[in-house]
Amino acid sequence: MERKIILENNDIEGIRFLDVYRQNGGYQSVEKALKTMTPDEVVSEVKTSGLRGRGGAGFPTGLKWSFIDKKSNNPRYLVCNADESEPGTFKDRYLMERIPHRLLEGMICSSYALGANTAYIYVRGEYKYIVGILNEAIKECYKNGLLGKNILGSHYDLDIYVHCGAGAYICGEETALLESLEGKRGNPRLKPPFPAVKGLYDCPTVVNNVETLANIGWIVNHGGESFASIGIGKSTGTKLISACGHINKPGVYEIELGFPVEEFIYSEAYCGGIKNGKELKAVIPGGSSVPILPKELILNTLKGEKRLLSYESLADGGFESGSMLGSGGFIVYDEDDCIVRNTYNFSRFYHHESCGQCSPCREGTSWMDSVLYRIENGNGRMKDIDLLVNIASHIEGNTICPLGDASAWPVAAAIRHFRNEFEFHVEHPDIVRNSKHGSILQYTNK
Amino acid sequence: MVKVTIDNHTIEVEEGTTILQAARLIGGDIVPPAMCYHSKLKNSGGKCRTCMVKVSQGSAKDPRPIPKLVASCRTEVMDGMVVQNITSPEVVEARKAVVEFLLINHPLDCPVCDQAGECDLQNLSYEHGSNTSRFEEEKRTYETINIGNLIQFHPNRCILCYRCVYAAEQLTDKRVHGVLYRGEKSEISTFIQQAIENDFSGNMIDVCPVGALTDKPFRFKNRVWFLKPMEAHRTCSKCSGKVTIWLRGQEVYRVTGRKNKYGEVEDFICNECRFEKMNSTDWIIEGPRTIETSSVINQNYYAKKINPHVINSLKEKME
Ligand SMILES: Cc1cc2nc3c(=O)[nH]c(=O)nc-3n(C[C@H](O)[C@H](O)[C@H](O)COP(=O)(O)O)c2cc1C
Ligand code: SF4
Ligand code: SF4
Ligand code: FES
Repeated sequence: MERKIILENNDIEGIRFLDVYRQNGGYQSVEKALKTMTPDEVVSEVKTSGLRGRGGAGFPTGLKWSFIDKKSNNPRYLVCNADESEPGTFKDRYLMERIPHRLLEGMICSSYALGANTAYIYVRGEYKYIVGILNEAIKECYKNGLLGKNILGSHYDLDIYVHCGAGAYICGEETALLESLEGKRGNPRLKPPFPAVKGLYDCPTVVNNVETLANIGWIVNHGGESFASIGIGKSTGTKLISACGHINKPGVYEIELGFPVEEFIYSEAYCGGIKNGKELKAVIPGGSSVPILPKELILNTLKGEKRLLSYESLADGGFESGSMLGSGGFIVYDEDDCIVRNTYNFSRFYHHESCGQCSPCREGTSWMDSVLYRIENGNGRMKDIDLLVNIASHIEGNTICPLGDASAWPVAAAIRHFRNEFEFHVEHPDIVRNSKHGSILQYTNK
Repeated sequence: MVKVTIDNHTIEVEEGTTILQAARLIGGDIVPPAMCYHSKLKNSGGKCRTCMVKVSQGSAKDPRPIPKLVASCRTEVMDGMVVQNITSPEVVEARKAVVEFLLINHPLDCPVCDQAGECDLQNLSYEHGSNTSRFEEEKRTYETINIGNLIQFHPNRCILCYRCVYAAEQLTDKRVHGVLYRGEKSEISTFIQQAIENDFSGNMIDVCPVGALTDKPFRFKNRVWFLKPMEAHRTCSKCSGKVTIWLRGQEVYRVTGRKNKYGEVEDFICNECRFEKMNSTDWIIEGPRTIETSSVINQNYYAKKINPHVINSLKEKME
């Protein structure tokens, strides 16, 4: 099942540089798209491919592109979302560090398809060093006629700019990203209007994740149908999974969608099993925002089917017994890990990252954080557990942007599946207070 | 024209009307409360989430419901849209939740707050709030920031509705203040803590739905319900000169813009009218301003509505 699209040739020495990248088949798609295809043909191939957004929501990319306002006389923009700040997610970083040209190649084809002559890459503040890598790659492209005026003699012009954020998770939300790119405070906008109609500087804009765009070159080269034949059902192609936590081999892996979770965790080619021979306790399969699943539910669905790494399979069972593929941030917990501690940690994160525009998220995230802090430090009460569930349900769906939901889901899911650990914290304040951070042996001995 | 049904009342409105505006045209109990939206301020709304409603039918063309509740102040009606406000238990619950969120960090210092009696948050909690609080953590507090001689700023009471930010941005040419930091730590602040000084700064007092921005010269002078609001005007070169003056006997205690029944100022007034014309002879008095029966200024309303059970539940708690 080894199938590489994005990380193809990733191991070749010097693949970061244009000449090596080109010797290995790089930028063929740009030649093909710009010289032999119309923009609409590119869009149509992407539609056929069934490619879905890799930024978290899994929205079909071709469909998103077709929403772009064609009647508007304003310029169009493509914006690459490289803000990657979801805890547990570090795939875009790997991709940009290793093969920056894969992203640029995809961006040139995509911009051409969208009729954009300017594209931006919005990089999160903490990835400052990647700005250098990208700018170096962009410079190489300009020198070799792959960017700038009249690319490869096709009369198509494109400029790509890299913009470095200041370090805010919320600037990964597409409309906050656009605000930030415009030089304003990164507050998400109310939708509608969607960016495809009124995006950057009120012009039609498409925002796509790094990994999404990195697929476009391959799709242009091999056609949408070949892409659609990879993967399973409506989850076509491959996915980068950034695996971390208590596993033997953390790292970024490219898997064909539909790969079994169990094999991913235990096989030597991937995570290599749980560290120190411990037992698996739980997994968060798609970045900190998606629901955590206990061992039984991450390996198999409630119906007893094998859980696969695909949009549909991970979501099977809804939030009652399922989760989401999200951004592919695969976080593994072993038997000693304290779910309460972990939930508190995430809550603190969302509290810190909320933009503070809407009351449920601004107030709710800080409230949940305080309550979880108390429980984690042995000052919790039984009624606090239901209170948390209730606060989470009051935030969910009532906010401007999905950060509100993202803060509520992890709390609700942790209590849904691990209520006993919360109760344990309330009942044994002394043990909790004296335990090492994030590890409660009592769970293993119960 | 498009047709929209809100809580079983159907009305025809112009295209581009928001659900909230349509509901206000119908009037009565079905009008969602709005804390951050202000019709005279561009881009306002969408933030506080008190005005959320359920769209149970998107439009005649596409009858699917909208899965999440929407902010009625910023959602435009579509032809054939069906909206539920107070007829939807989901909306009522969500609104209660929002009120709780707005109150958890609020100091609840109404007894010493000049806004008491004309505070949107007070009204809102009276209608939708709960008698007790589930919030047992320490409340967020701020140092008071001095923003000049005319406006008193109490950051603790601020609900971050952004109205004053829009007012400052849209009424004056210089941006004087904005929001600092993010999330729960956000706060309204002036540009490096300077005084806000311009001819129209006083309007921030009027647009503030709570007691975060109040009239400094009027501070602690009187309770608003002891004052008699009168509509008055004068010829002014800077603004329309149409104001409400607040009298006790013949003495003018303060001057404000004229607010409609949704607490929105009809005309923004200049600081000269607001702060310098404090004699009743400065004004041509038109007559008394009508007070909504639902206004806290109308004390009888409270007498009628107080529920003795409140006292019992407190007593139960103490025992
Ligand atoms: C709070 C929040 C943070 C987000 N952060 C990111 C991010 O870091 N990277 C990303 O690609 N998408 C992020 N998204 C999703 C984007 O809003 C958007 O859906 C995505 O960039 C679309 O690209 P795609 O269709 O290619 O996935 C975030 C969304 C939210 C609500
Ligand atoms: S949900 Fe949170 S992050 Fe999103 S707009 Fe509201 S306050 Fe900001
Ligand atoms: S000071 Fe008043 S008007 Fe300004 S944001 Fe706070 S509550 Fe709103
Ligand atoms: S009034 Fe609509 S969200 Fe505040």
